Amino acid sequence: MGNRITIDPITRIEGHLRIEVEIEGGKVKDAWSSGQMFRGIELILQGRDPRDAHHFVQRSCGVCTYTHALASVRAVENAVGVTIPPNARLIRNLLHGAQFQHDHLVHFYHLHALDWVDIVSALKADPAKTAVLADTVSSASVGGAVYYKAVQQRLQTFVDSGQLGPFSNAYWGHEAYKLPPEANLMAAGHYLEALKLQARTARMHAIFGGKNPHLQSLVVGGVTCVADLTPDRIVEFLYLWKESQEFIKNVYIPDLLTVASFYKDWGAIGGATNFLAYGDLPASEKEPESLYLPGGVIMKRDVTKVGAVQQEKITESVTRSWYEEGTAKHPSKGETKPKHGEYKTDAKYSWLKAPRYEGEPCEVGPLARVLVAYGKGHAEIKSVVDSTLKKLDIPVTALFSTLGRTAARGLETIAIGDAMEGMINELITNIKNGDTKTYQAWQMPDKGMGYGLNDVARGALGHWIEIENKKIKNYQYVVPSTWNLGPRCEKGKRGPVEEALIGTPIADPKRPLEVLRTVHSFDPCIACAVHVIDPDSNEVYKIRVV
Amino acid sequence: MENEKQFFDRLEQKGVSRRDFVKYCTFLTATMGLSSSFVPKVAEVFAAPKQRPPVVWLHFGECTGCTEALLRSQYPYIDDLVLEVLSVEYHETIMAAAGHQAEEQLQSAIKKYEGKFICVVEGAVATKYDGAYGKIGGRTFLEIAKDVCPKAAAVIAIGTCASYGGVQAAAPNPGGYVGVGEALGIKTLNIPGCPPNPVNFVGTVVNYLLLGKLPDLDKLGRPLFAYGKTIHDQCPRRSHFENEEFVLEFGSQEAAMGYCLYKMGCRGPETYNNCPIAKFNDGTSWPVEAGHPCLGCSEPAFWDKMSPFYEPM
Repeated sequence: MGNRITIDPITRIEGHLRIEVEIEGGKVKDAWSSGQMFRGIELILQGRDPRDAHHFVQRSCGVCTYTHALASVRAVENAVGVTIPPNARLIRNLLHGAQFQHDHLVHFYHLHALDWVDIVSALKADPAKTAVLADTVSSASVGGAVYYKAVQQRLQTFVDSGQLGPFSNAYWGHEAYKLPPEANLMAAGHYLEALKLQARTARMHAIFGGKNPHLQSLVVGGVTCVADLTPDRIVEFLYLWKESQEFIKNVYIPDLLTVASFYKDWGAIGGATNFLAYGDLPASEKEPESLYLPGGVIMKRDVTKVGAVQQEKITESVTRSWYEEGTAKHPSKGETKPKHGEYKTDAKYSWLKAPRYEGEPCEVGPLARVLVAYGKGHAEIKSVVDSTLKKLDIPVTALFSTLGRTAARGLETIAIGDAMEGMINELITNIKNGDTKTYQAWQMPDKGMGYGLNDVARGALGHWIEIENKKIKNYQYVVPSTWNLGPRCEKGKRGPVEEALIGTPIADPKRPLEVLRTVHSFDPCIACAVHVIDPDSNEVYKIRVV
Repeated sequence: MENEKQFFDRLEQKGVSRRDFVKYCTFLTATMGLSSSFVPKVAEVFAAPKQRPPVVWLHFGECTGCTEALLRSQYPYIDDLVLEVLSVEYHETIMAAAGHQAEEQLQSAIKKYEGKFICVVEGAVATKYDGAYGKIGGRTFLEIAKDVCPKAAAVIAIGTCASYGGVQAAAPNPGGYVGVGEALGIKTLNIPGCPPNPVNFVGTVVNYLLLGKLPDLDKLGRPLFAYGKTIHDQCPRRSHFENEEFVLEFGSQEAAMGYCLYKMGCRGPETYNNCPIAKFNDGTSWPVEAGHPCLGCSEPAFWDKMSPFYEPM
């Protein structure tokens, strides 16, 4: 048996995650992913007003803010049978697009970059050479030798103060860091620029959502921000969108390509096998036909065969999770009897359940969406993927990797950001034509069932609701990080991150930087991922899907 | 002062003029309820802190929304806050270290700065089953809180979860979650809100740096400078309330005209916070401006006491 190491806490993620790996011959031989927190929001929802659900579920996560609220109002709208007006759909899409822009940018620079970028090495860089490098690879609006000298000086002052704060005790100087000092300094500068930009990107949410995080303008039936459909508000949104999209194209993507060019070996490390996307960004009320991001299933990495998603084929297994035994069931029919216990990797070891599609683990998220869109011949996605592969001189198969996952996140941001322009124009045209309708009135039925399948920054997100006596009888959600970070199932099949970690080279088991690269490439969000249950009542939850 | 000059030079490089900065300090000073003579002193706090005060930021049962809110701070930008104003010794969302290196970092910080660091707690503490619902590095939230909080100079509970239990404490509170003050039987300074406005956190910290003490609090532990008045009393739609001009349906003509949301369920009359004045995301908007009723998110147990949210009070 190899050497076992545990990383807990995994930092630079949302929530509490523990990763354990077994190392043999300098490589990961086996891996276990464990969610370490459980809050019980679905249980809290029972008996409440269905109109309130989105406020509660939005608090699943402040990083994936908005997305759960969106999924929830869609599920309730499906249950009560209301179709929202075109303007409400456009505003929701714009907020969703802004969330992609924001979330992916922050993930790349602030949650993931330090796995590839050695901040301490940046102190050794030549600012003039850094400026030349930056001018060669990117069209950033800030730069030049003076700028990079100032960035370096700022870092030096910080280091000299002896108070390293968030940069303390990390893996600096690790042999797996491959960037030259100048590339590290460039990235450090852009890390700080992106930190500022993201605060402005998030203002798009405040314009039509009142605030960010945790927007407050969605309601079942539409949106409330009718008074904000004014030229000044729209122009403000447009300006922030443009500023964000320019940064994405001129800085984020060039940085991504520069970093990737030094880590091409990661195009053969960290891949998963099956991929699932529900799709999102509807262009009309016709779904899934009008979704800008298409849905689909890819099994065994065969992108030439993209199957249609049949949500009846989803099951959740609890054999290796802290719940009592039960066969794998559809989430809507799931029995959930919690049994919190010891952490044992040969038995039960996580609060996350193990979702499966046709019994198989599936990766969800940017890579799954990009592969599905690519396989379906989506023009914009295909174009950015092909040009990137060409620039990096790597084959399509390199997408099935940690590098591919991180690249896919950037590439879909370009496509989604670009698509937002058309949505803004459509909104303006509607208003010009006198259509300012943002809400459709509706009646709460005594009974109803509904669901919403969504695709959000971290991947496929499904919410299911059952209404009885105008109250929530049951509420369930299966979230992206449960798909990606879930444990083994009853057949012993590993979850996607567990599978992806196998074979990862580990230079120094005491400083497992390489493990963080693959784990972070999934952008884990554990507060979202953990399911509910009440250990006292051992209640059995049942919902059927309409 | 040399440092100050450097500071303003640096600000200008970033496209923030001295005038903008002073304007912000004036806003912050006013938010804190101090007289305008404090403006230069507030500016000094950002320009030249002698030793950056160490901060240990703990995450328990929460959604990281409060951290995300702080990341949206625009004056000072979060990079200044992290690199130049505070010394953030431990913060799981932003720190580079992971696993046992992160654990070591926590232990060394609380030892090195014992009695001197500010402990910021985000999230509620699970108490059921000896806290088994939430663990970090094999220790429960409760164990970590008991270890770290008593060693701090002050404990700031950021957000409604750390202050009063928050969403996971809503009935039936499956994990037995409570606020950190209740979990430990200590007094905390509370900055509730779901999430709170970062201005109120920054204002509290500046107060501490400037005057060497925490600001005055109400009986719920909230700084009076931010939570001294109701939303209703500060609401720009108040005159519509007085004139009985109400919104009765979302998206209606009345909604487009910005009428009062009282009859749509607004909890502004019962909620103490400065949202209408401070607004969110660099003053861009706030929920009522976006046409949605206030949920009362800075009040204890608001998830139970203020809901159903769309029924009038």
